[in-house]
Amino acid sequence: MAIYKLKTPISEEKVRKLRVNDVIYVTGIMITARDAAHRRALEFHKEGKALPVNLQGLAVFHCGPIVKKDDDKWMVVAAGPTTSTRMDLFEDEFIKNFKVRVVIGKGGMGKKTTNAMKKYGAVYGAFTGGAAVLAAKAIKKVRSVEWYDLGMPEAMWVLEVEDFGPLTVAIDAHGNNLFEDVQKKVEEERLKIYQKLGA
Amino acid sequence: MITKNSVEDVAVKLLYLAVTELPQDVKKALQQACREEESEAGKTQLKAILDNMELAEKTRTPMCQDTGVIIFYVKAGGQVKGLDKIEKALRNATVRATKEVPLRPNAVDPFTQKNTGDNTGRFIPFINWEIVPGDTLEITVMPKGGGSENVCALGMLSPGIGVNGLKKFVVDTVINAGAKPCPPNILGVAVGGGADIAMKLAKAALLRPLDQPNPDPNLAKLEKELYEAANSTGIGPMGLGGKFTVLGVKVDYAHRHPASYPVAVAVQCWAARRASARIYPDGKIEYLTHKVV
Repeated sequence: MAIYKLKTPISEEKVRKLRVNDVIYVTGIMITARDAAHRRALEFHKEGKALPVNLQGLAVFHCGPIVKKDDDKWMVVAAGPTTSTRMDLFEDEFIKNFKVRVVIGKGGMGKKTTNAMKKYGAVYGAFTGGAAVLAAKAIKKVRSVEWYDLGMPEAMWVLEVEDFGPLTVAIDAHGNNLFEDVQKKVEEERLKIYQKLGA
Repeated sequence: MITKNSVEDVAVKLLYLAVTELPQDVKKALQQACREEESEAGKTQLKAILDNMELAEKTRTPMCQDTGVIIFYVKAGGQVKGLDKIEKALRNATVRATKEVPLRPNAVDPFTQKNTGDNTGRFIPFINWEIVPGDTLEITVMPKGGGSENVCALGMLSPGIGVNGLKKFVVDTVINAGAKPCPPNILGVAVGGGADIAMKLAKAALLRPLDQPNPDPNLAKLEKELYEAANSTGIGPMGLGGKFTVLGVKVDYAHRHPASYPVAVAVQCWAARRASARIYPDGKIEYLTHKVV
């Protein structure tokens, strides 16, 4: 296990150095995107329209933040991760088209996303579920909010972050998926546990 | 005197305490897990949980963005006057805390999908009443997060399989839940009564502090056995692998119908939030789960 501090824009070469179980901290620009923002971004791409922000080398965070406006300035109050599996629907195309390098969320992602990460060079960073204060502390500034018509949680928040983490690399750019490894081991344990319990 | 106003103020305070600071027993269990966790990824997650917990306390902000659905447990002394005013006081407190703390509005109409915006609605906040001897009023609040609620499970098992079926059902519930309920979790397990009774007891069992084993030695043994079984799954903190999938298991039961064997598993996330206070007839307030200065 190694600890890396990454600055956006992150290069493919840097991301390919990371391995599952490494811990990363991201500094620079991170955008939030949940189901609706993923869908819209892919629609934009299909129609040949440019996204409001060039996502190449950036981090995308599966998160619906609580943001408040003080004197015309947005402030992130809480920003815990949401369950990433919902974004499995879009993430492979998202990585392919926009070249994001770090996908952040909780609970892990599936085969399709893992394959795209291997092919195009990206990693999945697991952020602790519920650790909303820790996340908010690392968010230094709201640079802009795009697609606010989608609602506060679903909008694309463009954030300046400093040492955002710790993120455990749970899917690397070499096809390794820590969540799948754990699930496999858990399945192997299941019968042993039944036996021990006499169940 | 226990007044509607004092109950409302105490309940606002309890909501604030619950979402910003974990009770001592949960804190200690998380610290111990962090010290003893052997998986690197698991340890990283536990450290982040502890850092987040400290920051929430220091900055007086909710430790998790999901401040839950609000559930109260009220133990009312039979001699307390004005019991008919308490429900109103607890609803008012919920509205106030939603603005003042703030809490995330989490009460949604299941048909229109409209969020009421203030954490109140039909049967919400939910109040569990218990009338006990005496003249004091004990209020507990449990803000219950959605991620862990979604993996709660009820099994109407065959009585013929009995307690072995219960054990298997608990293990299956933990494995099926995986990373979803933000482990390490606390499990409330209850058997008997009926479908509703089992789940109610399972959820209420989550209120018993982690450092308090079951007073019934047989159940204490079962709790330990289930705790070890859940942790030998290897799911670990946030599902990234490790020794600590649960922090504790709490068991309760009711007598059952000869034909039924209901088993309920209530799952609580690491942010196992609860806060209690007792109000005395002279108006004195004693906080039971948190230090209040």
